[in-house]
Amino acid sequence: MAKFRIKRYNPEKQADAYYEEYDYDFPEGATLLDCLNHIKWNMDGTLTYRMSCRSAICGSCGMKGNGHALLACQRQAAHLLKDGSDTITIEPLGNMPVIKDLVTDFQQFWDKVDQVKPYLKTKDKPPEKEREQSPHEFRKIDEATTCIMCGACYSDCNVLEVDKNFLGPAALAKAQRFVGDSRDQATRERIKELSKPGGMWDCTHCGECVERCPKPAEPFYRIKELMAVGLKEGVTNNVGARHALSFVKSVKHSGRLNENKIPVESMGYFNIKGLLDLVPVGLRMLLKMKIPPIIHKPVDDVKDVQRIFEEFGE
Amino acid sequence: MKFALFTGCVARGATRELMLATIKSAEALGIDFVEMKSATCCGAGVVSEKNPVLTDALNARTFALAEEQGLDLVTICSTCQGNLKKSECHLDEDVEYKSKINHVLKDGGHQYEGGKIKIKHFSNILATPEGKALLKAKIKRPLTGLKTAGFYGCYVLRPSELSEYEDPDNPKELEELFEILGATPIYYPSRIKCCGFPIIMMNKEASHAMAGNALIEAVEGGADCVVTGCPLCHLSLDSYQPEIESMQKKHYSIPILHLPQLVALALGFSPEEIGMDKHIVSTVGLDKILAQHV
Repeated sequence: MAKFRIKRYNPEKQADAYYEEYDYDFPEGATLLDCLNHIKWNMDGTLTYRMSCRSAICGSCGMKGNGHALLACQRQAAHLLKDGSDTITIEPLGNMPVIKDLVTDFQQFWDKVDQVKPYLKTKDKPPEKEREQSPHEFRKIDEATTCIMCGACYSDCNVLEVDKNFLGPAALAKAQRFVGDSRDQATRERIKELSKPGGMWDCTHCGECVERCPKPAEPFYRIKELMAVGLKEGVTNNVGARHALSFVKSVKHSGRLNENKIPVESMGYFNIKGLLDLVPVGLRMLLKMKIPPIIHKPVDDVKDVQRIFEEFGE
Repeated sequence: MKFALFTGCVARGATRELMLATIKSAEALGIDFVEMKSATCCGAGVVSEKNPVLTDALNARTFALAEEQGLDLVTICSTCQGNLKKSECHLDEDVEYKSKINHVLKDGGHQYEGGKIKIKHFSNILATPEGKALLKAKIKRPLTGLKTAGFYGCYVLRPSELSEYEDPDNPKELEELFEILGATPIYYPSRIKCCGFPIIMMNKEASHAMAGNALIEAVEGGADCVVTGCPLCHLSLDSYQPEIESMQKKHYSIPILHLPQLVALALGFSPEEIGMDKHIVSTVGLDKILAQHV
């Protein structure tokens, strides 16, 4: 017998959310969605959640199981009963307002997707037939096109938790789907937008979106692809791009980071406010003799490292 | 136990106390670390923003160095651990790609074979049955009464298929080590989240808010200190704690320790011997807690 501890919320009846428990001895192989359906159809018809395809295609049944976003139809309930526990905690997706029980308001999610202009932008006159794309060209956007907009990545994104201005993993993955599209002709314009505060350089690389994504879209890896395009396009007048360039330069020079240089080069020599921000922490570390050595010693055989950089075009 | 020690850049720079505590605790435990002096930066997930293939080539060279030493590679930084594992995966899953990179390494006298060495974080080797037995045998001063909140450093956990922890969504290895050392682990949701360091210059408000949320949870959970396996998390949580406090208008003053420092304390080293006096947030309060239980 398993206990389903479900977060309930119905503002028409009670202002605060609360947890309700349901016992259900689910059959082998039952998905979390099968269990919720059993509870709704046999135990409590007021339980509210979204569902449709039951095949991890429609992206409707995103929710949290034991604290992490998932698709209820894609996860077997038994897999959520680890370490001999008999309880599965089910909650609505995070980083979104809750409408009722497990149903969340996706408005902000859609607004951010809209913000990246999720459609082809072309300058040429439309051809007589379709705009062609080779299988090789399609492979560059193959992963991003698998996104089913379930909101799992958005729910668990560590940055969105503290900064609602961040575009977030789903919208950025969608942006890569168009930046990488051989038929799109607005790459530079898109990259410039994505390089603004709240864009691709605000991703912390924490991997939470990769972990929660039920498809091969894996937004963080798409964000990395966007960053590479940004640097290639020379859209470098921002802290994130300068940081990457300074980092590469430092590793090429000595095989390792020069922690005294990178913060200054990342902020930019003319970014007075940014540079002033570094002063308190710099002084604090200096007083504790915690700053990196002034003489930056390279790794042994750094010539070999520099040779590898050159071989790969850096 | 003998390993190739991949120090990473920050343990030789802004957090030299981590290096000090690693060497001291390893010596006391009888673990033989051979420092990889020719290994490069792991790329920290930043070099790959510009050139992913170059990143894998640099890391393949590092793996080749460990293979030449015939030793498994040990990291003392969650960021290094995560990024090395990503490169290992790229190289090992694509023979053609590995051979293209090896072709370039050849001129430097290196070849990465693959499958010969393991890449582990220091906490992973301490969490093995042999590591735990070593710790139990060598503890001189159990950390009784000390409440410790682990902070894993997200790169060692995700993607989970590359993690060396058994259950990356609910890891227990750090907490088990705390118990072996005599301390009391504190569990709190942010222990597996990001510290915000990677965007500290791009979006300092968000970065400090992420670190601040972890500190609030640890303090509210009753922790006396936070213990991390990542020097970048240490910078975010310790060096920037005054900024976090002023931004969140809260006063925590919670000490942040590197995992090897906690181990070294239990092995009998004084806080000064392992560089705890170099921290921004004073660790003096921890001595008082431990003194109450002597």
